[in-house]
Amino acid sequence: MNPANYLFVSALLFTIGALGVLTRRNSIVIFMCVELMLNAANLAFVTFARIQGNLDGQVIAFFTMVVAACEVVVGLAIIVSIYRSRRSASVDDVNLLKF
Amino acid sequence: MNFHVPVIQYAEVLPILIVLGAAVLGVLVEAFIPRSLRYVFQVVISLGSILLAFVAVVRLHGTSHVAVEGSVVVDGPTLFLQGTLLLLAIGGVLLIAERGLDTGGSAFTAHAATLPGSEAERTALASGIIQTEVFPLTLFALGGMLLFPAAGDLVTMFVALEVLSLPLYLMSGLARRRRLLSQEAALKYFLLGAFSSAFFLYGSALIYGYAGTVSLSGIREAISSNAGNDLVLLMGVALVTVGLLFKVSAVPFHAWTPDVYQGAPTPVTAFMAACTKVAAFGAILRLFYVGLSGLRWDWRPMLSGVAIVTMVLGVIWALTQTDMKRMLAYSSIAHAGFILTGVVAVNKAGLEGSLFYLAAYGFTTIGAFAIVTLVRDSTGEATHLSQWSGLARRSPLVASTFALFLLAYAGIPLTSGFVAKFAVFAAAYSSGSSALVIVGVLSSAIAAFFYIRVIVLMFFAEPKEDGPTVVVPPIMTTAAITLAASVTLVLGVMPSSVLDLIKSAARFTF
Repeated sequence: MNPANYLFVSALLFTIGALGVLTRRNSIVIFMCVELMLNAANLAFVTFARIQGNLDGQVIAFFTMVVAACEVVVGLAIIVSIYRSRRSASVDDVNLLKF
Repeated sequence: MNFHVPVIQYAEVLPILIVLGAAVLGVLVEAFIPRSLRYVFQVVISLGSILLAFVAVVRLHGTSHVAVEGSVVVDGPTLFLQGTLLLLAIGGVLLIAERGLDTGGSAFTAHAATLPGSEAERTALASGIIQTEVFPLTLFALGGMLLFPAAGDLVTMFVALEVLSLPLYLMSGLARRRRLLSQEAALKYFLLGAFSSAFFLYGSALIYGYAGTVSLSGIREAISSNAGNDLVLLMGVALVTVGLLFKVSAVPFHAWTPDVYQGAPTPVTAFMAACTKVAAFGAILRLFYVGLSGLRWDWRPMLSGVAIVTMVLGVIWALTQTDMKRMLAYSSIAHAGFILTGVVAVNKAGLEGSLFYLAAYGFTTIGAFAIVTLVRDSTGEATHLSQWSGLARRSPLVASTFALFLLAYAGIPLTSGFVAKFAVFAAAYSSGSSALVIVGVLSSAIAAFFYIRVIVLMFFAEPKEDGPTVVVPPIMTTAAITLAASVTLVLGVMPSSVLDLIKSAARFTF
């Protein structure tokens, strides 16, 4: 199969993720969309590793996974603390800091 | 099958290792040392490790070497920025460690897990507990910042970006007062930060697809030999640039800045505003001057446009603010534009000017936010501009020091800001971007208006009846302000020694 197809899938995933971040209102869903974008980048790295014929991209995918895991820890901690104090995870409700 | 054993030059990455090692030690202190002793341990470990790392940076002086299999580049700009970051971090840690200002004991929440306004929070407050987890978080962030301008490939840059960002997200949410605002700042910073780092990562993937490598020198060679599909390269560069411009809060990626600067505890804001900008501009300079220098005809117009929009909109928004921390946030956006003016010069003068500007801006920022922590009323810091009127009658010394920092921001002669602005504008002019210089000078004039408006307010307006009090700064805050004020003055009056240092350091190795 032509490896370029995987790049199209990865671009599609990235776009879905980016659009989701911009349009969804629940902070958990926004966060999942960010994770989708990171995984799209992973797919692109692995596909490019295949096209370029070296292993760098595959190794980088592991780095991305570790970083994404750390981001989950920090992100969910922040979202949970906001949810507990406001009983809502919607990003429309966090509007105290408007000028 | 042969394995290539990686060679790691531990001596050359020693400053980063010291800071990250101390951060791990700080976590262990949290786990094993009795609560009453933790504060002393944490402060000693933090300040001690930063000083040790600074000594290590000074000892590396003159090194110019690609270390750790190409991942970390130890050269003049790296070492200059690392030294600057460590000195700024001393100021930041002193502000974070301050316990004499807030009646509750410190600027940080007694127990971050308790709900604002709940019984558990009142218990935690009444018990007088003050958590010290912010110190290891600061050191982890600082470790990422030290690595960021030294990164020799895009993956190291990405990891450093995350290592510096993740602790900062948490630190923004730790304020003792106005906790809902602080949590909101953390959420906004986190969501937008994660979004932008996803852009950075996807951009790196595209550049890897073009060049077959993520190392900056490899990308440079691939561009000069025109190795692959230009469209992939340009998209990759654009996405990576988005990720980096977010970190320096350039327009249109600035939306988080005022909210986070206002909501975060002020000592954290000081640390974050000064150090993140220095580290991120270090990474921008290395990426564009080393990796993408062959592509400058494509990225220069883009960055010039961003610089113009950032300067103009930054100062116009700053004009309309009524909150001191928000005004300083918008002014930091405008300053990102001024520094970008130096970056787009793409010559040695531009590099030197940007490095000098970063140092000057960093110390002024630490000082300005340190002063903001001193002006307080019964609810905590009094940040509304109207509350600052007549401040000079209450405390002439604090008002004068703040005036010094504002004049430095405005770029008035005899302060560091003047030399810095002159350096970046001269570099931009010599590279032929006179339009950029004209916009820059006009924006500086508008910026001077709102800085001087605050000075007029402090010195010539009548103080309010129920106005805030100016706390006599305790020892740590005094030390931080003194450090910031003296560097601001010295860089303004006698800049030549630092300019000479930068002149000898401003050469990238790759």
